[in-house]
Parts: sequence; C-alpha cells; structure tokens
Amino acid sequence: MGVSCGCVERHDHAVLTVTDLTVRYGRAVHALQGVSLEVPDGAVVAVLGGNGAGKSTLLRAISGTLRLHRGTIDAGEITLQGRRIDQLDPATIVRSGVVQVPEGRQVFAQMTVADNLRAGGLAAAPERRAPARERVLDLFPVLAQRRGQRAGLLSGGEQQMLSIGRALMSDPKLLLLDEPSLGLAPRLVTRIGEIVAEINDQGTAVVLVEQNATMALRVAGHAAVLEVGRVALAGTTEQFADSDEIARLYLGGHAESEEQARVEADRAATSRRTLSRWSG
Amino acid sequence: MTEFLQLTVSGLGKGAVYALLALGFVIIFKATDVVNFAHGSLVLLGGYVVIATKDILGYAGAAAVGIAAAGLGALLVERLLISQSKLADPISLVLLTIGVDVIITEEIIRRLGVTAPFLGGPLEGAPLRLGNIVVFRPQLIALIVGVVLITAFFLAFRYTGWGVAMRAQAENREATALMGIRSSWVTGSAWLVAGLLAGVAVLFIATQDFSGAGLGRGTHAIALAAFPAAIIGGLDSTGGAVLGGVIVGLTEAYTAGYISFDFSESAIYLVMLLVLVARPVGLFGTRELSRV
Repeated sequence: MGVSCGCVERHDHAVLTVTDLTVRYGRAVHALQGVSLEVPDGAVVAVLGGNGAGKSTLLRAISGTLRLHRGTIDAGEITLQGRRIDQLDPATIVRSGVVQVPEGRQVFAQMTVADNLRAGGLAAAPERRAPARERVLDLFPVLAQRRGQRAGLLSGGEQQMLSIGRALMSDPKLLLLDEPSLGLAPRLVTRIGEIVAEINDQGTAVVLVEQNATMALRVAGHAAVLEVGRVALAGTTEQFADSDEIARLYLGGHAESEEQARVEADRAATSRRTLSRWSG
Repeated sequence: MTEFLQLTVSGLGKGAVYALLALGFVIIFKATDVVNFAHGSLVLLGGYVVIATKDILGYAGAAAVGIAAAGLGALLVERLLISQSKLADPISLVLLTIGVDVIITEEIIRRLGVTAPFLGGPLEGAPLRLGNIVVFRPQLIALIVGVVLITAFFLAFRYTGWGVAMRAQAENREATALMGIRSSWVTGSAWLVAGLLAGVAVLFIATQDFSGAGLGRGTHAIALAAFPAAIIGGLDSTGGAVLGGVIVGLTEAYTAGYISFDFSESAIYLVMLLVLVARPVGLFGTRELSRV
C-alpha cells in the first residue's frame, strides 16, 4: 500500500522534529506514546485522527502549553531547526518562531479585533510588527473592516480568521493549527484550506490538525494519522490518496462542499455503510 | 445645601482612595484569579516605611519610598507565594493571602507599639475653602490625585501593550500564553501596580482628617472597605472598581453626616449586600464569585 508505518525518514532540512514523544496527563493517562513526526522546511503536514487520538496533545507539547493542562512529557524530544524546545516555556517557544492557533479559535471576545491582533504581535520584535500586520490584513481584508469591533461579535468564520491572523502577527516560521475547520460551513472550510495554502506559499511551515481529512490532505504534502496516542500511519499525501483502504478508513464522512455532502448522503443512503472509525 | 456639597466633595475624596484600592483588588483578581485579602497589610507596609524613613528622607522622599515598598511587597507576595502555587485551589490561595495579611499586619503593629502615628506631611493642616464649603485637605487632594492616577491607569490599560496583555490574560490565559506573552510578567506587573496604588492610598488614609485613625488596625479596617467597593463594582471590572469606590465613599460620607458616624461602616456593607442581592456579579462584573 506504500504507506510507511510510524517510521519517519530523516530530512536534513526539517523545521520541526518530534522524536518518540510520550505525554501523560496526571499520573496515569498516556495521551501520546512514542510519537514521531517531522515537518520539512516550508511544508504543510496534516495530522489526522479522531477525538481523543492525541492530536491536540501533540500541538500542546510542541507549543509548550501542556503544563496548563496538567500534562507532562515523559520521554522523547522536540527540536526546532536542531534546537531542543521541549523544555522551554510557551513564550520562549513563540519567540523562537512556533505559534499555535488553539482549537475553538479562542479569540479575546471582549477585546476589539485590532487589540486581538496587537496581542498577537506583542512577542514579536517591534520592527517586525508593521510588516506582519500588513500581511495579516492582506490575507484577511475583513479584519481591517472590523478592526474596531469586539471580536466576540464576529461570525465563526471571521473569528477563525482572526485567530489565525493573530497567530501570524508574531511572524512565525511554523504555524500549528488545531482543527481550524471545526464548526464552519463547508464553503468556509474550503476557504480556510485556501488560506492555509496561501500562508504556506508565503514561506511559513504548517502543522494542520484536522478531522476534516479531505481538506487537510488537499493542502498538505505530508500526513500522519494518530490513533489512541500512536502514529498509525505516516507518509506523503500522494501515498495516502493512492490507498483506497486509507480513504475508506480515514477520509470518509467529511464533506467539503455542500454539493459533495449531498452526493455523499445519497451514496450513504444507497450503500449502507458500517460505522466509520472516526465517528466524532 | 452647603452641608450636602461638603459631604459630597468629602465623599468623593474618600471614594477616590477606595477606588485606588479597589482597582488594585480588581487587577490582581483579573490577572491571577486571586482575591487578595493581604491588601490591607500592603497599605500598612507602605505607611510603615513612610514613618520609618520620614526623619531621614523628609516627607516627599519617604512617601516615594513607602509607595515603592508597598509595590515591591505586593510583587514579592506574588513571586514568592502565589506564583509558586499556580495549580492550587483558589480557596487555598485566598487563605494564603489572609495568612500573609495577618503576618505583615501583626508585625507592623508590634513594631509600632501602642502608637498609631499619623503620616502627616502636606496632607495635614488647616481645611481648605472652596467658596462656602470647607473640605479637609486629604479628601480634596485625594480627589485630585485619584482622578489623575485613575485616568493614567485607564489610558495605560486601554492603549499600551501592557494593557493589551493584561486584558488578554484576564480573558483567556491559555490563548495569551500562545501569543508568547509571559504570564509571570503580566501577573507580576498586576501585583506591582496594585501595591503601588495601595502605597499611594495609605498616604491619605493614615491622616488625622481622613479618618482620625493613625497607622494601625484603624488604617487596616479602612483599607478593607475597598473590598466591598470592588464587590459592588464587580470583581473583574476596572471601571466598576472606580464606581464602587465612589459609591462606598459617598455612602460613608452621607451616612456619617446625616445619620451617625458609627453607622457609616455598616452602611457600606449594607449597600454591598443590596447590590449583591440584585446583581450577584456586581454592577459591572461578569464573573460569579462562586470560584473564590
């Protein structure tokens, strides 16, 4: 089937390398066990998997926010361009160029759009703030129109754009996106996919955690599937696309457009399927 | 009418002092989710340093050192105690601040002995006349200083990077950490600012004409009136803290003037109860107090 299992090949030019990472919450709950992942320079890597597979945990470990969730790294290491970052605090990690867009957007609802973006740029060197801001407003013109509005009053899609824009304000080398398509209408999911591609074209590497595998695999060059805290599959997205088995197991059920949703609904109605593995 | 105006100006002056203290409560609560019951002891600490250094540095120098000491004291409480117990239950943290309060307060009172000295300086002296109303100096100067400091605070809170970081962290700690904003920097600065404001407040509180209570338990009790002020306004609302301070100051002045001085303190708490019954989160608050 042409998809390697868990064993990641080494590239010389990796932005981020995660090696044999084991994470637990509290005393006993192992959320990740021996997870390895590599993000090549300038790549988009999709991390797929269902609820509880450990996708968010992996991002938290990279961004250094595990501790806020009482999680700890038991074993393994994370390096950014060869430098270990798994012992650093979140602020230092952001300063070294890795920013995470949290699941559920988490914009500062009481603050204006402009202040949200400002908060995102506080960690950046002052001279880099203006160009970063320009880039963000270029990517998301709607944020310029709404700059004086409270972020809580934006629509879900706009909040997601603000959340991504806010993260880009510190001009990261690597952007971690935690389910950016969650709860958005299919049309917006497509738009988010385009935005991720655009951000990547501008030279930022991306780790894209998604349950919407269709969108993620279209944007990403590489992908890994997490299953109960372990990497079940990893490879290039071509390898993924070539494999019917994977398509059936992991890619079913996530419509990307309304039309597709209708088609799939029809298909599901005619050929009664067994429960999809990722039913979440 | 003259009496009413006089009580109003006096009440606003006291209200400004309560507002400075309540603002401290609120920014500490916003930044750390801790209700700081050690605030009264920080007030005493600032006052004590003024007394201790007044003869050497003169009033102005001693006042500056006192303000700095209160700020530093608050910062130390945060750095040495609060930040070390990040994951502790909020109730243990509240008890921790009560412990700090008892230790600092009792030590200062032990050092002062039976005396409860006034801080003096330009805040003591003949009352000032505004037309035909007479206002005590500490109240009038407190009103001016309070307006200046509170305006400065709100400008900083609204427009500076510090203010953006403070507001962001108050809303969502994790998202703020993900922006690369150091949470220890935000919480430390919140405690520092709150302590500095407490240091300013004591210069007015421990004067003959403000309360008649010198530096000691009396000052401590007055500082605690800032707590109902913060509750009335809403523990997580900076604007509410100022309004709460003004409400407490005016309540105290009017009840003392029209009813009885002895009733004025219970009147403050009565107002607090009424507000809490009508609006459990305070006038401008958004967070329930259940987590305290």
